Amino acid sequence: MHALVTHELTKDYAVGFWRARQRRALDGLTLDVEAGEVFGFLGPNGAGKTTTLKLLMQLVFPSSGTAEMLGRPLGDLSVKRRIGYLPENPYFYDYLTAEELLTYFAGLFNLRGADRRARVSRLLDEVGIGGERRLQLRKFSKGMLQRVGIAQALLNEPDLVIFDEPMSGLDPLGRRDVRSLILRLRDRGCTVFFSSHVLSDAEALCSRVAILAKGRLRASGRLTDMVPFRASGWELVVAGVSDAAIAALGSRLRHAVRIGEDRFTLDLPLDPPPERVVGELTAAGAHLVSLNPIRQTLEDFFVEQVTS
Amino acid sequence: MSAIAAIAVNTFRESVRDKVLYNLVLFAVLIMGASYLIGQLTAGQDVKIIKDLGLSATAVFGLFIAVFIGIGLVSKEVERRSVYALLAKPIHRYQLVLGKYCGLVLTLTVNVAVMAATFYLVLAYMAYGASPDAVRAWDAPALDPALLKAVALILVELALVTAIAVFFSTFSTPILSAALTFGLYVAGHFSSDLRNFQDVVDSPSAARLARGLYWVLPNLAQFDIKADVVHGQYVPPGYLVMTTVYAAFYIGMLLVASMLVFSRRDFK
Repeated sequence: MHALVTHELTKDYAVGFWRARQRRALDGLTLDVEAGEVFGFLGPNGAGKTTTLKLLMQLVFPSSGTAEMLGRPLGDLSVKRRIGYLPENPYFYDYLTAEELLTYFAGLFNLRGADRRARVSRLLDEVGIGGERRLQLRKFSKGMLQRVGIAQALLNEPDLVIFDEPMSGLDPLGRRDVRSLILRLRDRGCTVFFSSHVLSDAEALCSRVAILAKGRLRASGRLTDMVPFRASGWELVVAGVSDAAIAALGSRLRHAVRIGEDRFTLDLPLDPPPERVVGELTAAGAHLVSLNPIRQTLEDFFVEQVTS
Repeated sequence: MSAIAAIAVNTFRESVRDKVLYNLVLFAVLIMGASYLIGQLTAGQDVKIIKDLGLSATAVFGLFIAVFIGIGLVSKEVERRSVYALLAKPIHRYQLVLGKYCGLVLTLTVNVAVMAATFYLVLAYMAYGASPDAVRAWDAPALDPALLKAVALILVELALVTAIAVFFSTFSTPILSAALTFGLYVAGHFSSDLRNFQDVVDSPSAARLARGLYWVLPNLAQFDIKADVVHGQYVPPGYLVMTTVYAAFYIGMLLVASMLVFSRRDFK
């Protein structure tokens, strides 16, 4: 079952006042997101991520193509009741307190009375601003507003949440909190579709990702299955190893860099498996410091796509 | 319906928190100060002048609120992007427009009601201190209930001006919306002159244009019955009803147009 499907979704914006010309922000996006998965929508700034999310929320209308969420066409109110949305860099009515804002929005979901009060209170606590619930939003920092934004997106206990750059403006602690919140939502059966330009967020959370650049879908699937992100080798750091032991590795070593008196960074090919090399070196008296796969970063991929 | 009410209440709350109702203090100071000064300077005409001043101030203060808040009602939501989270909720776009409009009309109603109450209090004070000779010289009693007819039509006119401001704010910038709304307000007060434009111009096309504008523009002069009530002239209830129906027709048209524009707008 798909929680979200787009077919050839395209958006052109008119640019200029006189003789307006069309600028294509999104070009034929075809995508599906399975129910219950955490799906990362990745791309550099200006790739078309926010335009896609706005199309899904009907904040802008497609030039062509179609989309469905939870099996219904966009804009269907019964679907909106089951969706939560966090806009990018959210702004809320700054004359309201966090509690008033959530109470106002909860009313739009027809939540009333004690149920509404309890849910607002629980959510404010859950996103870590329970202590500031009676503070006007104009006194909130960017990170606190982001937390309010996440809380308002969860008011209706949605089946699908759409987060536009959920980590934006958050400190490391906040990022960790949001990551664990997303995983909790997934465990509850909620589908999470979020945009980001940070690979580590996607690696930590997503079952699948789609990568967008210049308005076009460049790749989609499991991050580890994507050619650019498959490991191309291993980076092994060892200590207490002799030059002779390094030389004995022969063709199983692509490159070695001495980083201390008896400390080396070794660039190993994928084959043979690194465990064998590690075994040999530790038998020769070396200590393993670290072992990491070598893969292209999302930033490298973006640069490659944007400059191609 | 509940979504429209929730948005209206929030719009009213915004006006209160943004200290819009502080204008009431200014109004109270103006009307009380004027009553004191006029009482010192004029003989017999003081109540008439205060009635005139009170009704005019109610209309002018309300006009500024209707225009300057009305033009930002929708455009501010879009500019500040607060509309993104709001429209993600299970509401239709037209409900946002109607809710915002009703919220500002609620603000204006409270504003006009408090002004009218203040105004009557000042008149009561003047009536209390007036000599029997002065009272006999008045065209109408100080606490004339007919004043409420003028107040009611001021409120109806403000509701119409708010609809004009909301309409422009759905597709235009706040400054342009303010200019267009004020322009329409002024033109609306002189629209009856457009009807007789053909008598003063030679160009048939200019005369046709003027006549066309006469039929399109709301005739706002109809809402101004201040002079009648101040001078004790009878204003039949039927006139109030017909004028209100006339305003409701225009308000309906403007709100439908606003909703149509807003419902297809892209929020880039």
